[in-house]
Amino acid sequence: MAKQLYYEDVEVGSEITPLKKIATTRMLVQYAGASGDFNPLHYEEDFAKSLGVGKPIVHGLLKRAWLVNLMTDWIGEKGGLKKLSCRYRGMDYPRKMKTFDEPHDGDTWWCKGKVTKKFVQGDENLVECEIWVENDKGEKNTTGSALTALPSKAK
Amino acid sequence: MAVFVLTDGLKKLIGTAEPPLLYKIEEGSIQRFARAVGDSNPMHNDVEFAAQSEFGRLKAPPSFTGWPVTSGFDMFQFVEKLIAAGAPRGNLDGSVEYEFKAPIGAGDMLVAVIKIANIEGKETRMGPTMVTTLETTYTNQRGEVALIARNQFLSF
Amino acid sequence: MAAFVVTDSLKQLIGQKEKPVVLKIEEGAIQRYARAVGDSNPLFSDVEYAAQSKWGRVMAPPGFTGWPIASGFDMFKLFERLAKAGAPMGLLDGGVEYDFLAPIGDGDILVMEIKIAGIEGRETKMGPTMVTTIESTFTNQRGAVALITRNTFLNF
Repeated sequence: MAKQLYYEDVEVGSEITPLKKIATTRMLVQYAGASGDFNPLHYEEDFAKSLGVGKPIVHGLLKRAWLVNLMTDWIGEKGGLKKLSCRYRGMDYPRKMKTFDEPHDGDTWWCKGKVTKKFVQGDENLVECEIWVENDKGEKNTTGSALTALPSKAK
Repeated sequence: MAVFVLTDGLKKLIGTAEPPLLYKIEEGSIQRFARAVGDSNPMHNDVEFAAQSEFGRLKAPPSFTGWPVTSGFDMFQFVEKLIAAGAPRGNLDGSVEYEFKAPIGAGDMLVAVIKIANIEGKETRMGPTMVTTLETTYTNQRGEVALIARNQFLSF
Repeated sequence: MAAFVVTDSLKQLIGQKEKPVVLKIEEGAIQRYARAVGDSNPLFSDVEYAAQSKWGRVMAPPGFTGWPIASGFDMFKLFERLAKAGAPMGLLDGGVEYDFLAPIGDGDILVMEIKIAGIEGRETKMGPTMVTTIESTFTNQRGAVALITRNTFLNF
């Protein structure tokens, strides 16, 4: 884990440490099992085609979980995530598996973000961020925002 | 066609055991498993019903525990280890055998020890085939062996 | 192209509540979820580490709880009900919004209340589209609202 982030460490425009993710068909199956989201859209070729998305797509909720991962890694254990929201603007397609463990070449995703606002409210040091997931082509198919409370060095 | 010939690296794996795994049996995972296999027995699904039963808590379906349904065990890494020692890449499940010794239910804490009981070379319709037998022993928090599972899988 | 027109039977569903669901938060389910999303934070997976932390137990990553991660809640039934009332068959997730109000971790018992907060007709790149907002409120065993989620779905 990275060292604890403090309110004083961030300014408007500060970048959140990016987080790399690779979605694979295996990860989608694993996510379905862990989350209980068994929508055939995420594993059934013909079903996905019939919905007009071409082929099975990455769960929006998995990309959302990556954004949560981005935030909680960044704010550390003393930080508190207060709000998070995201919108799914485009489709992402998982890599297929080459071996049990190793995916074929394909898309890589980066979760990124930056600070848009910092302010003190009551006894809390709040930081607002814009966050997104982008693919190799720089397309931001999932975008959102987060509000977090950070510890202060002053206390 | 011929019998698969074991490499020395594979022979050395026979009898080795994986690090023991602590396996906490949770209500939610029993329910999730029962739903996934379509088992509607209320002893596996209905917390209140199970509480009123003689057993007193949700009971795991007998198929619930058994390699590789072991939280924390990475079966892919395990298979890769066999491949590194010379096992062919093709992989199929061959058979499973259970000895049920004590019921398993929500709240149990099991220790699972997975051992490579045997590796044999055979000839099957897949061609030269390696047959691996894993033996997993599950011991509960009272020190009783609750289950012994033997899984056989084929590499070809 | 035109905005989707919300039928009267769809309008009647607005404000409707689902039967509350009790969710027991368990360590194993949290670990399984953290592995599935590739989150290696030890607070979400390492029992001993978490026990030493200020929470003293494995904590759920924000977003672990949130419809449809609801043991016992069948989201497909809800979709079928919307379809019967006139929703188009095409379905995509539109987005989600969370208010994290109290931490959630192993051992918590939450009551989840799901409400159809809104149904609107719109025009999107998929054509005439129905946008449904579902609001879920999670109250913990101490009576505190721990989480509010708003999920948006597109039917087209």
